[in-house]
Amino acid sequence: MRFLKTLGYVLALPLILVAIWWASTLGETNFFVPTPALLAEAFAETWFGERIVSDVLPSIGRLVVGVVSAIIIGIVAGLLIGSIKWLRDLTEPVLEFFRAIPPPVLVPVLMLLMGITDGMKVAVIISGCVWPVLLNTIEGVRAIDGVLSDSAHTYGIHGWARVKYLVLPSAGPQIMAGIRQCLSIGLILMVISEMFASSSGLGFTIVQFQRSFAIPEMWSGIVVLGLIGVALSFIFQWTERRVLRWYHGLREVENAV
Amino acid sequence: MTQEAVTANTAAPIPRGRKQPAKKLPSKQLLGIAGIIGFLLLWELVPRVGIVEPRFLPPASEVIAALITDFGLTAFWVAVGETMLAWAIGLVMAIVLAVVLGFIIGSSMFLRKFTNSTVEFLRPIPSVALIPLAVLLFGVKIESTLMLVVYASFWQVFIQVLYGVADVDNVAMQTAKSYGLGAMARVRHVVFPTALPYLMTGIRLAASVALILAITAELVIGSPGLGREIALAQSGGAISGMYALVLATGLIGVVINLVMRFIERKTLSWHSSIRSEVIV
Repeated sequence: MRFLKTLGYVLALPLILVAIWWASTLGETNFFVPTPALLAEAFAETWFGERIVSDVLPSIGRLVVGVVSAIIIGIVAGLLIGSIKWLRDLTEPVLEFFRAIPPPVLVPVLMLLMGITDGMKVAVIISGCVWPVLLNTIEGVRAIDGVLSDSAHTYGIHGWARVKYLVLPSAGPQIMAGIRQCLSIGLILMVISEMFASSSGLGFTIVQFQRSFAIPEMWSGIVVLGLIGVALSFIFQWTERRVLRWYHGLREVENAV
Repeated sequence: MTQEAVTANTAAPIPRGRKQPAKKLPSKQLLGIAGIIGFLLLWELVPRVGIVEPRFLPPASEVIAALITDFGLTAFWVAVGETMLAWAIGLVMAIVLAVVLGFIIGSSMFLRKFTNSTVEFLRPIPSVALIPLAVLLFGVKIESTLMLVVYASFWQVFIQVLYGVADVDNVAMQTAKSYGLGAMARVRHVVFPTALPYLMTGIRLAASVALILAITAELVIGSPGLGREIALAQSGGAISGMYALVLATGLIGVVINLVMRFIERKTLSWHSSIRSEVIV
């Protein structure tokens, strides 16, 4: 019974919206707004074929490579900059400036430097995604509890053990917040780099559909992007719950008090 | 422009610097300036020595000269104005929409549950996916930019408002009820102050997201503004000009961040997160 209730909450509004959409397109033949049936048909026709191999998978591959590299670079550099004070003071203004540059602006720049290659697209994704991870890691490392840090010091915990047992766990929530931002920026940059300069990939295909006025196909491409976004956000939430299980447990206990 | 970059950048760490003893401040700022100078020197040297061809990456001095020339051009300020107009209108529309909807949905448990799945589905859809749609609907006009800006920044504010409204202290709410405060008065005196810090964080995030989307739309769609100028400079081979415009967008980003931080500090001067920062 409880399960049914939850299911009702999850499905009710989407069903209502689809019903409204269906009803409002029923009698009409508006060129820009396909009926749900037409969209579903276009979706199946367009994306369940060779396009998965030729456009969707390469896009996702570039996204994953870019985001993972950005996360690794961001965390490593962030740990370094966060734990050395003079380095932090030295780099802070420059980093703040780089973060303030809207990442899509770097697409033409990197296109110029690297040509139109897969490497350029990955570089675009990294150059935009690295900042939230990096700056959040720095903040997280900086905000380590002083008492904890001193205790670790007194117990002679140094080097890698210190990073693993003290620094990473206490900066963890901040780092995860950075990664969450980094995912959506990565998806945006993947699409833009392909819209701007590419002969394959999701962004390219969608623009292609739009230019040739293949409206239902264009809509179905938008749906694919939406689904990737939703999938990413679910994967992130699942991972975050695992990685920060201790933290959420702690919060629950604190909130219960 | 160097002067401007230096002042704009060193201004950023000041509020945090207040936590530390006053005598440490100068060395921190000196290091920051040294970092900027070091970065500019590196940028100057890389193309000059020939690690990267100057054709693709002009030295810093050239780019900065190009930016200073830009400052004297009306066309540059027109483009800046167009970008900032799209940014401001889009941001205000998103905030108004998000605050109204956020307070309505956030204050009802039923509505929160009812809309949750739809919100969770719509939120991660990257706003750039709407670019083809915007082009079809509005063409290369400011409306296209606005559509992307509003969609992207709406969620930032909306989610924060939802969290903020959910965070209202039960005891405070019960107290207000037993003192006979009406629904509107409760929103005004209990819910709003609780949600305000969340709202301000949302607005700060939305402000930078709105800038990103405004410039992206101009870059990809070609609606008027700095983004289009960058695309034009790149395809026209005006490389230093392109880098100068990229620098300009970065400066605008820094200024927006500073202004938003300032507004946040002013509006939340009563809140403990801000107070502790100043007193300690």
